Amino acid sequence: MAKKVIRINEATIRFAGDSGDGMQLTGTRFTEATAIVGNDLKTIPNYPSEIRAPLGTLAGVSAFQLMFGSQKVFTPGDLPDTLVAMNPAALKVHLRDLKKGGTILANSNAFTDKNLKMAGWEANPLEDGSLEGYTVFSIEMSKLVGKALENSDLTSKGIERTKNMFALGVLFWMYNRPIEPTEEWLRKKFGKNPSVAEANITAMKTGFNYGETTEIFTTSYAVEKADLPKGKYRNITGNVAVAYGLVAAAKKAGKELFLGSYPITPASEILHTLSTLRNHGVKTFQAEDEIAGIASAIGASYAGDLAVTTTSGPGMALKTEAIGLAIITELPLVIVNVQRGGPSTGMPTKMEQSDLLQAVVGRNSDARIPVLAAKDPADCFECAFEAARIAMKYMTPVILLSDGYLGQGSGPWQIPDPKTLPEIVVNHPSSADAGEDGFMPYARDENETRPWAIPGTPGLEHRIGGLEKENITGMVSQDAANHQLMTDIRARKVDNIKQDIPPSEIHGEPKGKLLVLGWGSTHGAIHVAVDRALAKGQSVSQMHLRWVSPFPSDLEEICNGFDEILIPEVNSGQLALLLKGELARKIHQLNIVRGEPFRASEIEDKINEILG
Amino acid sequence: MSETNIEIQDLNLTRKDFVPGNEVRWCPGCGDYSVLANMQKTLPVMGVKKENYAFISGIGCSSRFPYYMNTYGFHSIHGRAPAIASGVKLANPELAVWIITGDGDGFSIGGNHMIHALRRNIDMNIMLFNNRIYGLTKGQYSPTSLLGAKTKSSPFGSIDRPFNPSAVALGANATFISRALDVDAKGLQESIKRAQRHKGASFIEVYQNCIIFNDGEFSDVENKATRPDNALFVVHGEPMIFGKEQDKGIIMENHHPKVVQLGDKYSEKDLLVHDETNQIITNLLLEMTFDTSNPTPFGVLRAVEAPTYDEMMIEQIKAVTKIKGEGTLEDLFYSGDVWEVK
Ligand SMILES: Cc1ncc(C[n+]2csc(CCOP(=O)(O)OP(=O)(O)O)c2C)c(N)n1
Ligand code: SF4
Ligand SMILES: [Mg+2]
Repeated sequence: MAKKVIRINEATIRFAGDSGDGMQLTGTRFTEATAIVGNDLKTIPNYPSEIRAPLGTLAGVSAFQLMFGSQKVFTPGDLPDTLVAMNPAALKVHLRDLKKGGTILANSNAFTDKNLKMAGWEANPLEDGSLEGYTVFSIEMSKLVGKALENSDLTSKGIERTKNMFALGVLFWMYNRPIEPTEEWLRKKFGKNPSVAEANITAMKTGFNYGETTEIFTTSYAVEKADLPKGKYRNITGNVAVAYGLVAAAKKAGKELFLGSYPITPASEILHTLSTLRNHGVKTFQAEDEIAGIASAIGASYAGDLAVTTTSGPGMALKTEAIGLAIITELPLVIVNVQRGGPSTGMPTKMEQSDLLQAVVGRNSDARIPVLAAKDPADCFECAFEAARIAMKYMTPVILLSDGYLGQGSGPWQIPDPKTLPEIVVNHPSSADAGEDGFMPYARDENETRPWAIPGTPGLEHRIGGLEKENITGMVSQDAANHQLMTDIRARKVDNIKQDIPPSEIHGEPKGKLLVLGWGSTHGAIHVAVDRALAKGQSVSQMHLRWVSPFPSDLEEICNGFDEILIPEVNSGQLALLLKGELARKIHQLNIVRGEPFRASEIEDKINEILG
Repeated sequence: MSETNIEIQDLNLTRKDFVPGNEVRWCPGCGDYSVLANMQKTLPVMGVKKENYAFISGIGCSSRFPYYMNTYGFHSIHGRAPAIASGVKLANPELAVWIITGDGDGFSIGGNHMIHALRRNIDMNIMLFNNRIYGLTKGQYSPTSLLGAKTKSSPFGSIDRPFNPSAVALGANATFISRALDVDAKGLQESIKRAQRHKGASFIEVYQNCIIFNDGEFSDVENKATRPDNALFVVHGEPMIFGKEQDKGIIMENHHPKVVQLGDKYSEKDLLVHDETNQIITNLLLEMTFDTSNPTPFGVLRAVEAPTYDEMMIEQIKAVTKIKGEGTLEDLFYSGDVWEVK
């Protein structure tokens, strides 16, 4: 029977299973294959905070979602078109998100009485008609891989574990993706264990052939290449992109990169990535805690490295006092916060944008600091590079806000030509710069930046520290007027960064009824919502802030061009609070804190509500 | 002995080169003055260029030290000096890094950084000013104050059992531990020299008198008249002898140190011989610290060789670079599955 191929513009797929079912890996392989055929895409993992929650329970469900398309893709998709459910718990947790009429691929062998009960199903939903309205493919995946691999020397448990590759194979067929890259990848990954590699490949091929030959599948889907700008691409997560941006900045500044960090979800991958880069001269120091992470970085900065510390909210809290030290000693430092749900330990594996106020104002005393936020995984590269450049140019710590959604989500990254990345000019004073009265560690240049004198330079011996210093000389000073002066200078230094912020880009008309103003990882959802509104003829525009401290100098003027302003945030209204002070006007807010990003439809609904 | 007998280059430095212009602001009579003077005296002859010294401190009276040294210096935040110094050393391994800390700074708020800096064996020198009190905050008990200490925050006597800092250092697997007295110039200079030459993390515990808030805390060993009978100055390879008349020694009995009178019953050959490479001996000496039936030991209590973190970092960078080649941005960017849009 000839099977139909239907062309579609985009698709959203969610892989869900027990945390031992290998869903992250399955999703990642599907992503790579999708990237290779030239679709644009975005991904997001969703996994439990327990490494191995009890098998088959709702708490143990791990998922991975991606959206891909023949046009630009801004989010990993709101509701999936297709849900892969490897067990009853996965179906229970994720069914409510599935689009009406969506497709379910289930491993029916996992729908045993015991598993059904554990997941809270009273009867088997694959059999009792409760999935009516969906297209359900109930496949005996475990049994089929068992048969396909009956001659393999794997244990029956090992064979059972290849069922995710079977599911992947079916999806590869269903969406017309190539299997070869995964085949190659499996051979490489299990190089030492060829029988495992071959078993997985067989399972995948069995799945693919199952789609091709069995009659239950009548249709497959084709998604054309996306019209992306010319160039070379790879898929990248935000955390890896941050790491690369920092390495690139270090190289462009002729600096060695030092990372002082303590493991924490969802930031650890930055530490992991950088620790593999010893041959790039990267020094990673896994410190005893977050305080030592930042403290060691401050020391490394003092001694002349490009220094970085990476963490998430609870770690930021611990670093607070040391950030103040970096501010008063005016040392360059990049502080990366990959935000998660809080307070306290909160929801470690879930995303949130709720550390904005902590970043902007969360310190003792008047201690301003530049803060920027990345808008998508690829943008993490640029933001990390920019954070490092600004830190060294203005001799200041800089906070880069990412979040779990960006950090662990992924999307295609157009690989920049290293030669065209801007050079970062760093001038260290030399012995000749010591005047008659000695070296002046707090002398100021045109940006009121002080010199970065590296220990080991003869004649520039000087002392810095947390005690207030006299401007120019750097002597300890508790003088009233000097403290006023230094406080003002430190604040002006942050404002001076406005010079480096390019004119803001507006998506839509520069003036109109409603401006949707966002920051960070809400970019994609806002973009999609604004596009839909524009398509309906609504007067809506999008402005997205990269710098949240200082704000770009054109912010107020742009806002004045609109009757209404809407700020969607995955927090209880933190940017809105900052802007109420800045703009002194009414602001509409859309706030969620569910540990997950916005759906574009939620923003769309809010736009409709405001525009009536 | 772990110290290598390197030839020391004469750099024509004098004490004066290490004295900055500013005024020293400790209380008159504070033990810190003597430590500073001995540091300034010793460093010029270590064969290290002045610009290669970096003094990193936390917060406390003692932590003002870097301001009084005409070297690179960083007076940081409370307790964090070992962590900051670790970054300094890793960024610039050429530097001779000194950490100045107090009993509160290094063993209360900064205890965690202290033990980890020691265990990693980063090539730095840690000098602890132990005055068994919080000086800068005006006289509260510290984690080294003895039980019963009456202080501003323990008016009825402290019920907080103290640390023996050098024993903590040993517990943290420190490769160099020495103890010195603020009033003993010779001992201080010896400790400073040995620490500076030691490759790895060196820990010096200085008994320091706070004349304002804890005066006389160490009078039994500070007082010239009583010192010989209360202090044991150990020398590697030498028997443990002390006393005004050099007539007392230490033997081991039932696995514990014990003071004996030299003469009819015991002679020098019965005595314990100090071995700074032997952890059992170091342990034994440390056990004597709070034991009033024994003298307090001073000098280099332990010195062993072990790989340093900073060297291993450099070696690892070299080794990985040798295998993978020097990394370029092209290598890095193209390390994933790459596709082209034409
Ligand atoms: C975070 C923080 N907590 C508390 C203090 C107050 N403080 C400053 S020094 C100090 C204790 C210092 O004692 P010690 O380290 O023994 O130094 P000393 O003054 O005795 O030399 C304290 C509690 C501080 N500066 N910072
Ligand atoms: S308070 Fe004590 S430790 Fe501090 S300077 Fe005065 S005497 Fe020295
Ligand atoms: Mg003290």
